[in-house]
Amino acid sequence: MDSITSILAGTMRLTGPLAFSASGEYVAERGGTLNISLEGMMLSGAFFGIWASDIFNSSVAGLIGGMLAGLVVAIIHANMSHRLQANTFVVGLTLNILALGLTSYLLRVIEPRGVQADNIDIPLLHQIPLIGESLFSNRWPIYLLLIVAPLSWYMVNRTRWGLELRACGEDPGAADVTGIDVNKRRRQGLYWAGITTGLGGAYLSVAEVGLFNQNMTAGRGFLVNAAVIFGGWRLVPIIAGCFLFGGADALRLQLPALGYDIQPQLLIVAPFLLAILAMCFFAKRNVQPAGLAKPFERGVA
Amino acid sequence: MTVDEPTTSEDLLPVVMGPKTGDTRAKGILINVALYAICMLGAVALASLLVILTTDASPFDVIHALYLGSLSEPAAIGRTVEQATPILIVATGLVVTSRAGVFSIGPEGQFLIGVVFTGMVIFKLGLPPVPAIVLGLIAGAVGGGLWAGIAAVLRYWRGVDVIISTLLLNFVAIEVLSFFLNKTWLLQEKVNKQVLPPQSPSLNESFRLPRITIGGFTTTSGIILALVLVALMAFLGMRTRWGFRSRMLGLNPNSAQAAGVSKVLVGGGSLVISGLFAGLAGGVWFTGVNPRVVLGSGGTMPGEGLLTALISRRNPIVIVPVALFFGALRAGGLRLAATGVPSNIVQIVQALVVLAALLPPAILHVAERRKAVKIAQRAAAAEIASQEKVEVAA
Repeated sequence: MDSITSILAGTMRLTGPLAFSASGEYVAERGGTLNISLEGMMLSGAFFGIWASDIFNSSVAGLIGGMLAGLVVAIIHANMSHRLQANTFVVGLTLNILALGLTSYLLRVIEPRGVQADNIDIPLLHQIPLIGESLFSNRWPIYLLLIVAPLSWYMVNRTRWGLELRACGEDPGAADVTGIDVNKRRRQGLYWAGITTGLGGAYLSVAEVGLFNQNMTAGRGFLVNAAVIFGGWRLVPIIAGCFLFGGADALRLQLPALGYDIQPQLLIVAPFLLAILAMCFFAKRNVQPAGLAKPFERGVA
Repeated sequence: MTVDEPTTSEDLLPVVMGPKTGDTRAKGILINVALYAICMLGAVALASLLVILTTDASPFDVIHALYLGSLSEPAAIGRTVEQATPILIVATGLVVTSRAGVFSIGPEGQFLIGVVFTGMVIFKLGLPPVPAIVLGLIAGAVGGGLWAGIAAVLRYWRGVDVIISTLLLNFVAIEVLSFFLNKTWLLQEKVNKQVLPPQSPSLNESFRLPRITIGGFTTTSGIILALVLVALMAFLGMRTRWGFRSRMLGLNPNSAQAAGVSKVLVGGGSLVISGLFAGLAGGVWFTGVNPRVVLGSGGTMPGEGLLTALISRRNPIVIVPVALFFGALRAGGLRLAATGVPSNIVQIVQALVVLAALLPPAILHVAERRKAVKIAQRAAAAEIASQEKVEVAA
C-alpha cells in the first residue's frame, strides 16, 4: 500500500516538468513549429530559476526567472527560424548545446544556492489513502499546472488567436492569403512554449529538488516531444502521456527499493519506444498538423 | 509605354539576382565575407564577455590555452586531427543524406550502436588483432547502418518523420549502450570477479588502430580512412548516376520521382549510408581515439559531426576544415583547466560559432527576397498605371 502511494507521489513529481512544458509545446506544434530546443529551454529554466531564487531569496522569483530564461531561448529560436528562415532543427540543436554548455559553465563559476518552494498539504484531502499524497500534498508550484494547461487549451481552441495559429499549422499558405502573418503567429506560439518549458525547468529545480545539477533535465525536453506525438496533438492525451512517462520514471526509481528486479534501461526507454509506436499508428492517419515543421516563406508556394 | 521597369518574371530575374558580371559577383563575395567576419567576431566577443564577467581570467588566456592544446606543437596538432577524425566521418555520411533532401539527427545513436558492435566483435570473438580491427570496424558500420535502417523503414513503411524517429532512437541507443555496459557477459569490465562500474575493459594496445608518428607528430591512422572516405563520397556525389539521382531527389522530390528516381532506394539508402558512416565513426573513435567506453561516451562528438555537415551546407570539401576546427576546440579544451575557466566554455563557443555561421546566409536570403518583392510591387504598379493610360487614351 505504502509502495503504491510512494510510486504515485513520485509520478506526480516527475510528471510536473513534462506537463508544464507539454502544455506550451502543444501550442507551438499546433502552430506548425516542431520545437526540439525544449531541452535547452528546460535546462535554462532550471538553472536560471535556481539562480534567480538565490539572488532574490524567493522561490517565486525563481519561477519567474525560469520562465524568462525559457522565453529568451524561445526568442532566439523563433527569430532565427521564423524570421530569418534558418533551419529550425539546426537552430534547436545548437541552442540545446548552448544551454548545456552555459548552464554547466555558470554552475561552476557561480554555484548558486536555491531557495526551495514550500510543500503544502491541502487539509483533509491529503489524508485520502493511495491518491491523497500524490494529489494534495505537493510543492505548491505544481498547482500552477491547473492554470497553465487549461489556459493553453483555451488559447488554442477558443480564441481568434488560436484559430489563426491552427490555420498556420495546418495550411500556412491559406492562412497567409487570409491576411495572417504566419511567421509571427508561429513565433508567438514558440514564445509560449518557452515560457511554460522554462517554468517546467524551474519547477524541477526550484520546487522539487531545491538545487541545480549539471544537465539535470537529462533528456526530459525530448520526452515532451515524444509526449506530444503520443497524445496525437491533443492536449488531454498529451498530458496523459506525460503522466505515463512520469510514471515509468517513478517506477524506475522505486522498483529496486521495493525489491523488484527489472531492467532499468527498459523503463528509461519505454517512453521513447511508446512514442515511436504511436508515430507508427498516427503518421498515416494525418493526425499531425499538416504544416508541421514545414518552414513558411511568403510568395513561395 | 515608357516604363523602364521589367514586367515579366524572366525580365525580373537579372534585376533580382543582379547581372552576372565580375564586378557584382566580387561585391557579393565581399559582402558575404564581411557578414561572416562580423558574425564570427560577434560570437567570439560574446564568449569573451562571458569569461570577463564570470572569471578572473582574460579571454586571451582562454585563446592562448586553446592554442596551446590544439596547434602549438606537433603533438597538439596530432590531438586536433585525432579528435576531428570521428567528426569528419560522421559529417561525410550526413552530406549524403542532406544532398538527398533527407534530414537526420540520429548520428548520436548510430555512433553509439557502432561502438557497441565494434566492442562486441573485438572483445568477444577472440580474433587476432588485424582481422579483429577490420571486422570490428565493419561491424560498427553495419550496426550504425541497421540503426539508421530502423528510421528508414519507419519512414517509408509507416510514414514516420525521420527527424522525430532518429531523435527518439538516439535515446534508445544510449540505453542500449548502458545495458551492454552493465552486463559482465556483454561489455562490462570484470577484474578478478570484482565487478567494476559500468565501463568496458580498456582496449589492448595491439587491438587499436595503428598510429601515424612523424617526429613529435602522432595521430591515429583513422584520419587516412576518413580522408579517403571524404574524397570517395565527393567523387561519387559529383560524378556518378547515383550522385546525380540523389541530388535530384534533394532538389525536387516530385520531379525526381516522375523521372524514375526511387524515393525509397535513394532517400532511404542515403539514410542508411549516413548510419554506416556514423557507426564506423563510433568504431574508429573506440579503436583509434578512446580505448575505454564509459556511460556518456562520445558525448557531443556525433552531434558535432552533424553540425559540421549542416554548416558546410552539403559541400563535401568544406567539412574538412570545419571538422578540424571542432577537433581543435576539443583538443584545446583539455588545456583550459590551467586557466581556471571551466572547460564548458568550449561548448559555448561551439554553439555560438554555429549560430554565427547560420546568420549570414539567412540575412542575405531575407534581403534578397525583400528586394525581389519591392521590385515586383513596383513593376505591378507600373503596369496598372500604363493600363490606366491606355484606357484614358481610348
